[in-house]
Amino acid sequence: MRRHQIALLAAAVALVTLPYWMSGVYYINVASQILFFAVFALGLNIIAGYGGLVSLGHAALFGISAYVVGYLLQHGFGHASAILGALLAGLAATAVYAALALRATGIGFIMITLALGEILWGLAYRWISVTNGDNGINLHGRPQPFGIDINSATAFYYATLIVFVAAVAAVAVFVRSPLGAALMGTRDQPRRMNALGYHVWAIRFWACMFSGLLTSVAGILFVYYTQFISPQTLALTSSAEVLLMVIAGGAGTLLGPIVGAGLVVVVKSVVSGFIERWNFLLGAIFVAIVILMPEGLVPGTVRLWRRAWQGKNGTSP
Amino acid sequence: MSRKLTRRQVVAGAGAAAAALKFPAPAIAQSQPFKLGLLTVKTGPLAQGGIQMEQGVVTFLKEKNYTMAGRKVDFISADTGGNPAGTKTKAQELVERDKVDVILGPLAAFELYAISDYIKQQKMPTLSLAAADDLTQRHANPFLLRASATSSQAMHPMGHYAATEMKLKRVVTIVEDFAFGYEQMGGFQAAFEKDGGCVVNKLWPPIVTPDYTPYLAQISGCDGVCQGFAGSNPLRFMKQYAAAGLKYPVVTGETGGDDALLKSFGEEAVGLVSCCPYTLDLETDGNQRFVNGMLKNFDTVPGFYAAGLYVNCQVVEAGLKALNGDASDKEKFMAALKAVSLADTPRGPIKFDHLNNVVGTFYIRRLQKEGAKYGLKLWNKTIKTYDNVSQFWTWPEQEFLAHPVYSRNYPPLKGC
Repeated sequence: MRRHQIALLAAAVALVTLPYWMSGVYYINVASQILFFAVFALGLNIIAGYGGLVSLGHAALFGISAYVVGYLLQHGFGHASAILGALLAGLAATAVYAALALRATGIGFIMITLALGEILWGLAYRWISVTNGDNGINLHGRPQPFGIDINSATAFYYATLIVFVAAVAAVAVFVRSPLGAALMGTRDQPRRMNALGYHVWAIRFWACMFSGLLTSVAGILFVYYTQFISPQTLALTSSAEVLLMVIAGGAGTLLGPIVGAGLVVVVKSVVSGFIERWNFLLGAIFVAIVILMPEGLVPGTVRLWRRAWQGKNGTSP
Repeated sequence: MSRKLTRRQVVAGAGAAAAALKFPAPAIAQSQPFKLGLLTVKTGPLAQGGIQMEQGVVTFLKEKNYTMAGRKVDFISADTGGNPAGTKTKAQELVERDKVDVILGPLAAFELYAISDYIKQQKMPTLSLAAADDLTQRHANPFLLRASATSSQAMHPMGHYAATEMKLKRVVTIVEDFAFGYEQMGGFQAAFEKDGGCVVNKLWPPIVTPDYTPYLAQISGCDGVCQGFAGSNPLRFMKQYAAAGLKYPVVTGETGGDDALLKSFGEEAVGLVSCCPYTLDLETDGNQRFVNGMLKNFDTVPGFYAAGLYVNCQVVEAGLKALNGDASDKEKFMAALKAVSLADTPRGPIKFDHLNNVVGTFYIRRLQKEGAKYGLKLWNKTIKTYDNVSQFWTWPEQEFLAHPVYSRNYPPLKGC
């Protein structure tokens, strides 16, 4: 246990002091991106990892919140009402989405979420009077929570970090809560859970809502970061990317989606500056992960570490 | 002897020279390399045009031995992946990490929209190829300079030519369902109808359509067709158009008849009339130098994308020369870039209007088999040139800007 606490403390110190040891604004911005994509991946992980319900339409929920922020700001609303509106719209969309998709599980669930995602992408693309089509919506300025200006890279990083920590804490509490345990139960033994008197559908529905809330929060951070939203954000490739973050890092673990988000964002934005075929590299990394540690980077590393540790101490598992 | 240098040798030489320059650590800014950033697309569906963009820049730099206005040039190319968030990240990388002096690119309108506010904030001179009309019109950006064309700029002369010289009366337009398409066809319709023509129907297939048959079936009751496809879609469209037995003359803009497509077009494209701000058959020294450079370095004939970036480089060089190589003051540099006027670019003479968009020559070409050079089987032969074409065509600026930006519904169909 003590080793865990030391690692946690070291991570916290590293994150809080990051702007001081990281060279340059660019890398601080990359760190902000990792954090909000991690929140997005944590959101998807709730249903994909703990609930066993793989969604291929999550980018649409992410995009709805981003669009609502853009739309409301354009129509003269303040930042507070734009953010609140975006959260409500995100939750409302998630409720509809869950109500429709939860009629099925497995492949059926994937296909319904895929279809819903494509519908919303199509709307963003074609409902030009609201979304401005593929030219997208530009935002001017970021909000000032409690009068603090977060326009600089460092200030925005801290704002994102606070939201990120809150999201991680919320997920940690959720996983340990009875609802979290029940959700994992519905993933592993849905019929037994049903027989035990649990309302499987309701458990899954509320898990979707929690997932949608985190996704909306990430979408709001994203739109304030890029200050631009266009239909590409809602596309299938974005949904697939966040799913890859979850699977690469380790579905159904707390740390996995965070590591996965870091991996994807770093390869996409930093490594791609050095390697022209960065898509290929990303693909190769995923293949390697699937072959060497199919459970994901985080659980896989823990397994290898334990084996090495036990090997050194001369005990066999 | 330097003519025979390979690309690697030039890059290595430039690198060595830059390294050698660093050691004496001179204090004046001019002796440091000038940093040229490029935002382009090297992966995904837009990569074909994006790779040509880079080839245009490299051709220019090799011709100048990686020197502009007496300064060594560091060239940094970034792949946006063709999506807005990636473009923003890469623009930040160029500005904040690499500290470039100027950005060339990006390619697509939605990429440029994603960084438009950012380049304004950072006061970063940007020479884009993206055609979104409003960025030099109703939402002009003081740090954006466009030496290529707006989406509608080539379609205005095309509409005029179709009405007055081809004597077309009724045209059906067909183009991909996105902003570049709307603005192209809006421009065509406005100019064509101004000269007495009539657009009878507008068709909008999605960007990724394997099969145009359902749309081709709707082409009737007309005497001409205007297509505005981009990327490799013109190839597919022309093939299926011919296969459907349609015989109406086809007119198009800069992407639909691009010279880079000549090697892939077949017999079915013969007769295609296009209007483009660049044409391969322009017989000037400037264009010959550029085409030879492209053939030597990449063994390919250039199209509009490569030419656009080569011209952008020429504008940057001219701006830098005007300031004696000192680009440290961004506002001064931008003003110098805007004031550039060049007589001999691969696309002919160019200058800029007060909203930072190019005023230049546009070429009407007919695709034919005769006269093909550089080992090609087909050739775009220039049949008419329009000089000094501005983004407002023949309308007064005030009147043009009083209309909404061209869209799916503007100008509306008149039902004639």
